[in-house]
Formats: sequence, C-alpha cells, structure tokens
Amino acid sequence: MSFVTRGFSGRNRERDPRLPPGQTKVEDWPVLSAGPTPKIDTADWSFTVTTETGAQTHWSWDELRALGIEDITTDIHCVTHWSKLEMPWRGVPIDKILADIPTKAKYVMAHSYGGYTTNVPLDELLNGQAWVAFEAEGAPLDPEHGGPARLLVPHLYFWKSAKWVNGLTLMDGNDPGFWEQAGYNLHGDPWKEERYW
Amino acid sequence: MSAPPVEPADTHLASEPAAALRTAWRVGTVVEARPETSSARRLVIDVPDWPGNDAGQHLDVRLTAPDGYQAQRSYSIASSGTGTRIELAVDELPDGEVSPFLVEDVMVGDKLELHGPLGGYFIWMPQADTHDPRPVQLIAGGSGVVPFLAMVRAHAEAADPTPFRLLYAVRQPDDVFYRQELTQLAANGLQLDFVYSRTAPHDWPVPAGRITKDALAGFAIPASEKPRVFICGSTGFVELVAGWLIELGHGAGDIRTERFGGK
Repeated sequence: MSFVTRGFSGRNRERDPRLPPGQTKVEDWPVLSAGPTPKIDTADWSFTVTTETGAQTHWSWDELRALGIEDITTDIHCVTHWSKLEMPWRGVPIDKILADIPTKAKYVMAHSYGGYTTNVPLDELLNGQAWVAFEAEGAPLDPEHGGPARLLVPHLYFWKSAKWVNGLTLMDGNDPGFWEQAGYNLHGDPWKEERYW
Repeated sequence: MSAPPVEPADTHLASEPAAALRTAWRVGTVVEARPETSSARRLVIDVPDWPGNDAGQHLDVRLTAPDGYQAQRSYSIASSGTGTRIELAVDELPDGEVSPFLVEDVMVGDKLELHGPLGGYFIWMPQADTHDPRPVQLIAGGSGVVPFLAMVRAHAEAADPTPFRLLYAVRQPDDVFYRQELTQLAANGLQLDFVYSRTAPHDWPVPAGRITKDALAGFAIPASEKPRVFICGSTGFVELVAGWLIELGHGAGDIRTERFGGK
C-alpha cells in the first residue's frame, strides 16, 4: 500500500471479513435505478425464457412460484460500495426454471420490465447460485427494490440482480447489458473488484 | 437497477488498453477548498492525467489510512469538459466516514486517490453532438444538484440552444449549493425554480412545504413538450417525483434518475 491519505484514520475501523474490498456495511437498503420505478401487478406479471434457437417458455406468477420457493440467507454487494450482510430472501432457483429447457448456450441476458438488461454467464446462474426472488427481509419486495420479482445473483455485484425481472434469454455469446454498455464490468465479481471496464 | 432501453449509439465497449487507462486510480491534488453551505464543501482537485468527463458523470474517492485501511465512496462531479481540474461539492453525512473527512479535514495541497470518470447514462451532451432538440428538465433534491451544475455549466458554455429548466428542492435557503452561479445562469437563459421544504425566504410567495404534485406540474416542462428529464436526490425524493411525472404523462423512457441513500 504505497498511497496514504494525509489525516485519514477511518471511523468504521472494524473490518468485517465478509466485506469485499472497497465495500462498507450498511443497515438500511439503498436504492439505485436508472429510471422511474415500474409498478407491476402480479396478475399481469409473466416470466419468459427464450433459448438460443428462439424457443420460448412462459410462466405466470403462480406457475413460477409453484416451481418451488427456497429460503436464502446471503450477503449482497452493490458496486456503489455498500454491502448488506446476512439478508434473508425467498425465491425460486434458476435451476428449477431452466431444468427442462434444452440449451447449449453459455451466457444469459436477463430482461426486465422497463427495458433493463444485464448479462451473466449461464454457469453462474446454476447450482444454487441464483434465484428469481419475491421476498426480502420477511416481506414482499418493494417496487423500488425490484418487486414483485427480481433476479438474485448475490455472488456478483448487485446490478446483475436485475430488478423487475421478466425473462432470461440464453445466448451463445456474451453481449453486454445496460450498465455493462455504460461502463460497468462484463462480469462483476465483488471479491476481484470487477466494477468497471 | 432498471432503465429504458439503451441507445447503443451512446455507448461502446473499450478494448483492454483503453480499459486500463480509463479505470486506473489517479492521484489528484486539492487546489481549492471552501465552504459551500454550513454542512458542505466545494473542492477543486487537479488531476494531471484526468481524461476529461461528460456532464453528469461521477467518480470514486478512495481514502487510505497509514495501516492500509481504506474507504471508498462515489461522488458526482460538478464540472465537465477536457480540463484536468475537477470540482466536487460534498455534503457531510452525520454518520459518514468519507464525507466528514472531505468536508472537515482535507486541506489544499493534500493528495486524493480518484477513480473515474464513471457512468455513461446520467449525462447530458450538447445538441451539437446529440442532435436532440428536446428541452431538458433537471430536478434536484438537496445535494442532488451537483451533477446538474456540470450540466447547466456545459449548457451555458456551449451556448446550447436546448431549453433548460432546473427545479431545485431544498430544506432552506442556506442549503442552496452554488447560489451565486445559479443566479447568474438564471439571468442568462436557465429557467430556475426553487421549492423550500422547511424554511422559505421571507419574501417567498408560498409557504415552505414539501414538494407536491401540483407544484411539480407547475414547475416542470409539461409532458406535451416531451422533455428529457433528469432527477437526482434521495431515494424518497426521486421515487416521489418520478412517480408523479409518470402520472403527469411523461414517458418512463424519458426520465433518468440517480439516487442516494436507503429507505
């Protein structure tokens, strides 16, 4: 560590080992969105998986939840330097959503109501690493936090956990999503500080 | 995060060498530091290898203690253009770690590590570059005015013909950032409106109070003129204002937001 900021000693000295580099623990839950919060009624909500051949599978709100909801407790890390630890979530694992869908794709574009997109390697959505989440901290997700449903990929920076998610498109190549085109890292591992390109 | 569809023309992916150049930690020297309000401070930082930035972009500041402990935060940049001097206006958060240091402790001559410029979405570029003649409505809550300073300055500097209107919501007159400069810009074409939530100036025509949908309708460029809208402020403020704008007929895709804080 060659650089030292004159006069800085730091206030929150205890360094929690669960915090990736450059992150600060928060107790509240900051909101970051590029535009207005869409209001989506679960009666109108649907979720679509599109494979690399264009084949589509659709689920209604009740159908998707009927795939089986899991309880998850996880830390989340936002690229804007805050982390929230030990957060309880509930959602359907992506494993169950993609279980019967034949694909050779390696990448996924998540799509959201409002037009947001974000790209994630397929193998990082499987094996218990990602969910479509409906609840956090014991309550239905608020719209500004992505309700009624958002993607939950807690091992990547939280812009990958697309709010208001309504579909996954399986892709052969790794195309950049919304923030990735606007300067954020294609991958986004908080432990490697993959914030920007 | 959510957003209207991306306009691919706005963005591009950098190759590796450009990426390294763009995301390096840079060292800047504080060349000016003065109080902005009773709780905020304006800093001018000279960064010799600053590549320039668009109006509305932000940067990360990293502070390092002698034992290696570090803290990082993001701040909007109040300046734009090709120069190597960048300007920040930092509001001190009561329980903060980086903002109290920047507001109270940092001195002219000190060096700071910076990362940026960052963000390619919440930006304004002159009509000469975008060929977009739609009027622009800026709506700031408190210190959310900082990226808009960069925008109104760039707009004035470019003598840009785009109609610009800034609605600035603050608690009280003493909380206004850049009062003098905004007043000057308002005399030269910027349409500037204030909403005071706690205390209004004594000669103010309406009592102080939180912004209402009616006030917003009165102060914002109407949806019929299809303005591009930028909103920056606390999460509660942005949620409220963006929701009302949708109700007033603005298209979700015409509204860009930047928020700070939790709820």
